Amino acid sequence: MVPTQYYLILSAILFGLGVVAFVFRRNIITIFMSIELMLNAVNLSFVAFSQSMPANHPHKLDGQLFVLFVIVVAAAEAAVGLGIIILTARNRQSLNVERVDLLKL
Amino acid sequence: MSAPLVIFFILAALAVIGAVSLILQKHPIHSALSLIVVMVALAGLYLLMGSEFVAAVQIIVYGGAIMVLFVFVIMLLNAGEEERTDFSKLAKFGGLPLALALTGLLAATMTKHGASIPNPETAGVLAPTRDLSKLLFTTFVYPFELTSFLILVAIIGALVLAQREKS
Repeated sequence: MVPTQYYLILSAILFGLGVVAFVFRRNIITIFMSIELMLNAVNLSFVAFSQSMPANHPHKLDGQLFVLFVIVVAAAEAAVGLGIIILTARNRQSLNVERVDLLKL
Repeated sequence: MSAPLVIFFILAALAVIGAVSLILQKHPIHSALSLIVVMVALAGLYLLMGSEFVAAVQIIVYGGAIMVLFVFVIMLLNAGEEERTDFSKLAKFGGLPLALALTGLLAATMTKHGASIPNPETAGVLAPTRDLSKLLFTTFVYPFELTSFLILVAIIGALVLAQREKS
């Protein structure tokens, strides 16, 4: 049996790595991927808390349902976000976020 | 060490290696493949925790649909190696220590206070998918319907963004 604590520590480490990737990468697609990494880390702690509850608790499965909602929102976000990325890349001829510094071209 | 603990450490190491590789790879397609490794490892962890439905959704939606979308866009835009631009001085010297401090703080908090969180009495009991769906269509029916509206908005948004301007 794995203690719940271990899952939470792993979740914290993955979230921190997601933040590092978000701050340090320059490619707009990679930055978007690091957001997905952070969402995944949070999902892990949701499921860990869900399984740590006693078996007949009325809210035991709520955590897993939140994960489903997070995944749906992430899918919607990916569709819109990648549309925005394609548009930006077309207009500026670059994927580097440091080149996207003008409000109007 | 018991078998679940060994599996946990293997999958956790796989996830962390994938995440570090996401940061270090220069080419976006390599980063995307690293992220897929992280997601598959997390799906394994969900299975280990006994939530088989979430594991299946993780593989199908995250590892399948969303990552295919990412790879598709990378190939569509012909994204090459990342161009290096100068960090500001503050980001160069302050960024990594601050990010590591955040990670350390989160992990330390979990280590210190996480011990009071109860552990499951029986490991690996599968969460019944039937109960999950019952909950989804009774207690959480309004959020569920709102989700379908959100997806509709996302579809329209993506279509509007993707269409070329008439010139």
